Amino acid sequence: MIIEEIKIQKQHGKQFIKDLATQPVPGPFKGRPEISFEKVDDSKVVDLCPTNAITANPLRIDLGKCVFCGECSLAFPNKIRFTTDYRLATNDRNKLIIQEGETGPIHLNEAKIRKEIQSLFGRSLKLRQISAAGANADEAELNACGNVNFDMGRYGIEFLASPRHCDGIVITGPISVNMAEAVQICYDAVPDPKIIILVGTDAISGGIFEGSPALDRSFLDKYPIDLFIPGNPPHPLTFVNGVLDLIRKRK
Amino acid sequence: MNTTEQFVILKNMESCSIDKIPIISYSDFYQHIIFLMKDPQFHCVNYFAMPNEEGLFFYCCMADDSTNTIQILSHVLSTDKKKQLLSLTKEVMAFHVYERELAENFGIEFIYNPWDKPLRYATNRFDKTKTIENYPFYKIESDELHEVGVGPIHAGVIEPGHFRFLCNGENVLHLEIQLGYQHRGVEALFLTKSTFHQQNILAESIAGDTTIGHGLAFVSAIEALGNIQSEPRLQLERAIALELERIAIHVGDLSALCVDVAYQFGSAVFGALRTPVINYLQRWCGNRFGKNLIRIGGTHYPLTDELIQSLKLFLDDFEPRFTLMAKRMFDLPSVQVRFENIGGLTPEQTHAIGAVGMAARMNGHGRDIRKSHPFAAFQQEAIDTFSDIKSGDVWARAMVRKKEIEASIIYIRKLILTLSSTNDSSAKPLPEKEIKLTPNSFTISLTEGWRGEICHCALSNTEGKLSLYKVKDPSLHNWMALALSLRDLEISDFPVNNKSYNLSYCGHDL
Repeated sequence: MIIEEIKIQKQHGKQFIKDLATQPVPGPFKGRPEISFEKVDDSKVVDLCPTNAITANPLRIDLGKCVFCGECSLAFPNKIRFTTDYRLATNDRNKLIIQEGETGPIHLNEAKIRKEIQSLFGRSLKLRQISAAGANADEAELNACGNVNFDMGRYGIEFLASPRHCDGIVITGPISVNMAEAVQICYDAVPDPKIIILVGTDAISGGIFEGSPALDRSFLDKYPIDLFIPGNPPHPLTFVNGVLDLIRKRK
Repeated sequence: MNTTEQFVILKNMESCSIDKIPIISYSDFYQHIIFLMKDPQFHCVNYFAMPNEEGLFFYCCMADDSTNTIQILSHVLSTDKKKQLLSLTKEVMAFHVYERELAENFGIEFIYNPWDKPLRYATNRFDKTKTIENYPFYKIESDELHEVGVGPIHAGVIEPGHFRFLCNGENVLHLEIQLGYQHRGVEALFLTKSTFHQQNILAESIAGDTTIGHGLAFVSAIEALGNIQSEPRLQLERAIALELERIAIHVGDLSALCVDVAYQFGSAVFGALRTPVINYLQRWCGNRFGKNLIRIGGTHYPLTDELIQSLKLFLDDFEPRFTLMAKRMFDLPSVQVRFENIGGLTPEQTHAIGAVGMAARMNGHGRDIRKSHPFAAFQQEAIDTFSDIKSGDVWARAMVRKKEIEASIIYIRKLILTLSSTNDSSAKPLPEKEIKLTPNSFTISLTEGWRGEICHCALSNTEGKLSLYKVKDPSLHNWMALALSLRDLEISDFPVNNKSYNLSYCGHDL
């Protein structure tokens, strides 16, 4: 019945988030952490971390390894605090390492962005996603990026089926031995110039799977990575803002 | 716990000493399994082996739905014996996944097994010359037939796996599903991770879409091995989380099903309806998938009065919107024609392959761990289950989701009422140092995730450390259901069938 459909449309309303850069996220969401100068027993904090993301003297957190479980901040709330800042993406691996006293937002290193990226992909970026032993949470959030709420299609960002039609690849998961060859074949099939984006802690460092003999991460040693998007899984806002920062000049 | 001459009887999430499990001869074991499997109240929830110096110790867990108990049987293959066993698969097809895994990992030859082809190409497999590149696909030599290969990388943003269609014109004669690309060595990692916290995070990553289902199975196994009591309030909160996960994924699946039958409106609305569910989980524990919520002995994120209020508000807003959209979708002729009589399985087929969860309930098999082997709050408060959907087709699988969402909403509302009568707050998780596993013990932990029955088995050694951790995702059985559904369908019906099962690759590959 058309009446029903109108009623549903009315309930549905307008779902899209107007400004993806400033949208607040609810609840105890764990975004960019801040580390105070308070004196604590560093080794205790280090021991709490399940993925060796925390190192001592001075205390640092590597967001490329962090699974955002929050154990450190629950045990030492005055030392480590997770803010709700979800803009965590950067093209500089070192910027993912948060130092004591660091409070500013994470930026991209402008100098490292290849010239052609903004001129060619600024208004249209088509991506081939490769799940390489990803656990389907990262993948679900990437799908959510295109839904009616986050709607990244409005910026010309889209996932496509054929690598031949794409401008780059987006890898999720720690890359298993059994997927290593497929990742290489898919990357080779994307025409130049092309970019590589790593999504999620598992892709960036192996995460909780680090050290498993079932992984083969040698692909990542061969090419420069254009964007690291940390999270377990990264929030859609982290992904969309990160990609926009890479392909466009933003305030 | 109860011991007879042949087996030990455990309840779900109960543990016993490994020494109490009688080791019987393989012929007794074989006869007993065949005998049990004649009764539809019985099914095998796990069958695996653990190697040590003396040989290979096999454990088989047979769930009895009529008495809410699980029989644990064991037999041993000593190192000096030939690695040959009579195949159970030949008599009971549901055993094919277990025997294929045992053959792959330990090099056991199952006599009369129809085809013990590799399951997932695990790192620790017996024969390393078998690689994923030379998988032995089923072939029919004919000039009239053609093959269509899809994957491992698929068109959408989904996990990898390879599908090989043997087609006669437009019709699919046979679909073979080859997995293993997602293998991360999860079970081995459980033993190398030194803290329970690491293992807990690993359990939440077995399948990211079933964070709560697998997380709950893990903490329950550890709580059973460590004699850790969890408070009734915590049990209620865990059940609420499990049902929210079910609602979130089912709504998302209905959205995906709409995409595949070109019903954009339904897809957009169901997609938008999923967002408030996972955003509620984020409001609760900070993560849209419920990561970090389920911890051993307690939780860092108790369901506060404020959260209960917002849960009520969320359900009041969600329910009428969902009901109306679901009615619209199921009434729509263009949807019906693409759902009905597409990819149907008979009850005999689902029974034979040992289908669980939605893939069993689409055919009137009421198999549901929440009812047959209740855990968490399901022991105190029963959930409504149903067995009136029987058609076994895409329509049935979509309808199962709708009914389960409705049942979950009613159930969560019931639990909220029970919650308000308990005035305590959930405990904090047990500190690492206070968790001590009983040495030399065996436990089985079953939960009903949104896909179906999840089974974790854990064994501890004499030092009280994990010596084996065995994970079974419902997908292990249900992939065969998808393969059978495709028989004699057009290849273009594959996507809608695939979405209607929405099986886990990483849960299968581990």
